[in-house]
Amino acid sequence: MIEVKNIHKSFGDAHILKGITTTFEKGKTSLVIGQSGSGKTVFLKCLLGLFSPEEGEIEYDGLAYAKLTDAQKRNLRADIGMVFQGSALFDSMTILENVMFPLRMFTKQTKTEMEDRADFVLKRVNLEDAHHKMPSEASGGMQKRVAIARAIVNKPKYLFCDEPNSGLDPKTAIVIDNLIQEITDEYNITTVINSHDMNSVMEIGEKIVFLKDGLKAWEGSKENIFKTDNEVVTDFVYSSNLFKKVRQMYLEERA
Amino acid sequence: MSYLHNIGAYFLMIAEMFRKPTKWSVMRTLILKDIDDLIIGSLGIVAFISFFVGGVVTIQTALNIDNPLIPKYLIGFATRQSIILEFAPTFISIIMAGKVGSFITSSIGTMRVTEQIDALEVMGINSLNYLVFPKFIALMLYPFVISIAMFLGIVGGMAAVIFGGFGTLEDYIIGIQMDFIPFHIIYAFIKTFVFAFLLATIPSFYGFYMKGGALEVGKASTTSFVWTSVVIILLNYILTQLLLSS
Repeated sequence: MIEVKNIHKSFGDAHILKGITTTFEKGKTSLVIGQSGSGKTVFLKCLLGLFSPEEGEIEYDGLAYAKLTDAQKRNLRADIGMVFQGSALFDSMTILENVMFPLRMFTKQTKTEMEDRADFVLKRVNLEDAHHKMPSEASGGMQKRVAIARAIVNKPKYLFCDEPNSGLDPKTAIVIDNLIQEITDEYNITTVINSHDMNSVMEIGEKIVFLKDGLKAWEGSKENIFKTDNEVVTDFVYSSNLFKKVRQMYLEERA
Repeated sequence: MSYLHNIGAYFLMIAEMFRKPTKWSVMRTLILKDIDDLIIGSLGIVAFISFFVGGVVTIQTALNIDNPLIPKYLIGFATRQSIILEFAPTFISIIMAGKVGSFITSSIGTMRVTEQIDALEVMGINSLNYLVFPKFIALMLYPFVISIAMFLGIVGGMAAVIFGGFGTLEDYIIGIQMDFIPFHIIYAFIKTFVFAFLLATIPSFYGFYMKGGALEVGKASTTSFVWTSVVIILLNYILTQLLLSS
């Protein structure tokens, strides 16, 4: 479980995060949504320890990140898996080497053991025949699946995904969403996804945190987000024509 | 102010490069890869340039010594001095700032743009140690490249003397052996080690701290070449003053 307690983050005069408090539970897929510029990426980078908040605390299973020693932080980072928006695969390595990378860095496994584990997770993300391809030879959807495989290969406790569906067609996006949901259930990990894709919200958003101008404007489940009367949320959720029609039908039904 | 900020950030980067070392089994692979990319991959161009510039230095010297009272072996002497003292360590380093420096800046810069450096940091890896330290170690073999440049420069001069008819082989060999001061080799290699350090770190600095996209990677490569060259030339002057003038 990750507990976020009143975190603030500024860059110069720009106050990006203005006191966010929330909890991400173990075994659940939580989505952080909001418009571009709402502070989602800064929030995620604070969770990852890439930015240090000026105020507030982030606790991983009861351990406050800011109070950890360097060695404890290193150990914690070995428990974190991250899927970047652009996949961030190492382009000088093959797909197999990319997936083996966290094992090479953090474990004392033999090469055969690492290859077996990498092979297992690549099969888990439905990539059986891509081991020796370079990332540049893989499609966007394949790259995302490799990034997921790399993120889970070392059996992390926490999985973070930054816009995992960006640049993917709707069908592949659903495949990636479902894969993340399945992995979260299977490994019982805490998953936090940054997104502005409402399809993802509908597919996998067990908990949703809505950010607006650096503040938490709303939080709840995917069922509740379509029922809320919070104007800030409805403005965002029903910005597409399709969702506007769904909303109209819901209101008519309720009336 | 931004120059001062960059200088400070550069020295902090160097300090950070030596902290939190990467696992040796991984580092060994990175060092070997960088030796291949930066050292072995540069031998061809260095050999080609050294041989022909050595020849040109010899021809220029021979054409300017037209007084019959000046002995022909001075052609070999002048070639040796030019090549060992300046051409091999300094001129080749400027060329390497273009070849190796641009490669380092663009490869690290591309990793920054595509979030590969963020991926390393999220995993708790000291990205400066992972990316820059192997390049620094690989470039400690740079004196090997410069030795080849010295040798081929002198061989190029010899070929120019023989095939151009500017003197005899005996005169040239007497010239390259004449008044040889071993400290000149030490001076050249001290410069080479300093330039190797600059070649590894300045381009890495511009790649690592760049912001933006593909266009900025190109701009960072150009800026890195300019500053690496400027610092090499400045330190060349300072080191020559310190080591040779007494």
